[in-house]
Amino acid sequence: MLGFIARRILYMIPTVIMVSIVTFIIIQLPPGDYLDTLAAELSDSGGLSTGTMEALRNQYGLGQPVYVQYWKWISGILLRGDFGLSFEKNLPVGDLIWDRLGWTFAISLLTLGFIWITALPIGIYSAVRKYSVGDYAATFFGFIGLAVPNFLLALVMMYVAFKYFGQSVGGLVSPEYINAPWTGAKFVDLLKHIWMPIVVVGTSGAAALIRIMRANLLDELYRPYVVTARAKGMSEFQLLMRYPVRVALNPFISTIGWILPTLVSGEIIVAVVMNLPTTGPMLLRALLVQDMYLAGSLILIVSLLTVLGTLISDLLLAWIDPRIRYQ
Amino acid sequence: MSEINVTLTRTPDITDEIAEDSVAMPALLGPWALMWRKFRRHRVAYVSLWVVVFIYGMAMFGEVLTTTNLEETNVRAPFAPPMGIDLFVENADGTSNFLLHAKGLKLELNRVEMRRTFVQDPEKIIPLGFFVKGHPYKLLGLIPMDRHLFGPKNPRDRVYFFGADRLGRDIFSRIVMGTRISMSIGLVGVVVSLVIGISLGGISGYYGGWIDNIIQRLIEFIRSIPTIPLWMGLAAAIPLGWPPLYTYFVVTLIVSMIGWTGLAREVRGKFLSLRNEDFIVAARLDGLTDWEVIWKHMVPSFSSHIIASLTLAVPLMILAETSLSFLGIGLQPPIVSWGTLLKEAQNIRTIIQAPWLLIAPGSVIVIAVLALNFLGDGLRDAADPNAH
Repeated sequence: MLGFIARRILYMIPTVIMVSIVTFIIIQLPPGDYLDTLAAELSDSGGLSTGTMEALRNQYGLGQPVYVQYWKWISGILLRGDFGLSFEKNLPVGDLIWDRLGWTFAISLLTLGFIWITALPIGIYSAVRKYSVGDYAATFFGFIGLAVPNFLLALVMMYVAFKYFGQSVGGLVSPEYINAPWTGAKFVDLLKHIWMPIVVVGTSGAAALIRIMRANLLDELYRPYVVTARAKGMSEFQLLMRYPVRVALNPFISTIGWILPTLVSGEIIVAVVMNLPTTGPMLLRALLVQDMYLAGSLILIVSLLTVLGTLISDLLLAWIDPRIRYQ
Repeated sequence: MSEINVTLTRTPDITDEIAEDSVAMPALLGPWALMWRKFRRHRVAYVSLWVVVFIYGMAMFGEVLTTTNLEETNVRAPFAPPMGIDLFVENADGTSNFLLHAKGLKLELNRVEMRRTFVQDPEKIIPLGFFVKGHPYKLLGLIPMDRHLFGPKNPRDRVYFFGADRLGRDIFSRIVMGTRISMSIGLVGVVVSLVIGISLGGISGYYGGWIDNIIQRLIEFIRSIPTIPLWMGLAAAIPLGWPPLYTYFVVTLIVSMIGWTGLAREVRGKFLSLRNEDFIVAARLDGLTDWEVIWKHMVPSFSSHIIASLTLAVPLMILAETSLSFLGIGLQPPIVSWGTLLKEAQNIRTIIQAPWLLIAPGSVIVIAVLALNFLGDGLRDAADPNAH
């Protein structure tokens, strides 16, 4: 197991380096360098003195070869936790992003939980009662769930909630609670709002997972060991839970690996539509005004955390399934 | 040789003409014919095939279906609701006769909501007909025409089957024309990912070793990062001043950068399993070059799988383009795609005022994606000789 963990972490290192390079390329893509934008931005309000400009130019290595700039940027993050300056807000990026990232991952993880809770029983049901009305309903739901883009579902749900249930939509809490301290009432209000993004982001994942669970379980249900257990007189429910479901569960866990990136992606776009205080709207705004250090840092951290999540899921899978460890 | 003879003697009821042909090619079905037979039994997939054909037809000959010019605005119809099609007109004497028509709309002050709303105007009847004269266009960009399949008989009348947007532009015509961009992004994107996917997947599976390892790490890397932020970052770098055609190709490239990984994995798996098959070893021993082995023997043996996976990749590309354009960082107006149409329905206030801005393009996207998914599923089942 230790060997497996070491190998898996070793494999992650090139991925992490590549993530940082891609992010750096994105930061560099817009024409002109960071300081040009900053200078243009500040020229109305008096502008920066040449000395300050020079100091900043030196700090970010602007005008020097690309690899020097990359090195200055990445070493700033690694050694000093300095993500650069958001020129739009005129604040260090590090001060702006953390609670937004926290919400993004909180919602993504809650969505993962929602997906499991819904997909597991529905998948089992649809495999055991193959070709029943419920199975067809689940299949139909599955195809629809995969065909409706996240943001469209979000818009439809907001429309329905507003028009037919009169619920306030958008945001994570009602307007009157936004700057209020955390109380029981605010928490209840949060619960009233947060279910909607979770359901919206989770639908396509749940749809996919139901299909996977159904197919896996169908492969197991007619195996001789199941027949043997049944012949011995084991109750059907106990039999199901104790053997085939446990076997079919394995690929279920390995799906975290590919489902987490899609959840984070989905959360970002749904957050823009629903105006949630998470990474999505901030990233979109930063990209539109080309506040590249802010946008780049968000992309970098979101990607890194996703890679980390995938690593954890791989380790979990190896812990549960010894066959993977010894490959 | 004996096998062919057996087949011939067993089918004595074949007419002379066919029997003559079947000396060269006996009544055996080729793999494609078998696939087709299997595919047709898959009812949903078969229907989806026709839906997809229809949608691509719409993409090619869209102008025939439109009722108004794409960019034509109408100050008297901002947010006009969808008009129904009626079949009968009541005459003054109480009798009614058949006339295909739509009821006109007029603006009226709604005293409850204190704003102007559209109400149906029973006085104003717009007769509809088939193959009517309308705005001129060029079919396939070549043949000048002015006939439209269905629309108002008087070219000066305006009908809005799916309603109108904030500038009074006809949503129906815009959706029809948006099909061209949205569906072709899917196709072009798939072609790009096919080229990258087959080359990298092929190299990876055929040669193996360190190059396989590098390509696999690259694929893992691309799959492990969330796509939307990455796409957003890349798409946001497209300068706003670029001509629409450039933007279109760059967006397509960005979208297909992610799509190729799945295909490359599949191709690699096929190469790995085929590499040691007898017929491949035989071909290699015959002195064929790697290139010939790959293109003459390996690719034909899994091309049906590739077609199925390609079909399943198209809807992903369409959804990606739609999402980016919806966020305002993909295609930009004046390009009309399903994504840029949905951008009009971005905030909840607009949707409540004019739900058709969301419902009409939204349902078209869902139908297209569903049909492509069903089609791909059917093709995959048909291509798999072990499926039951």
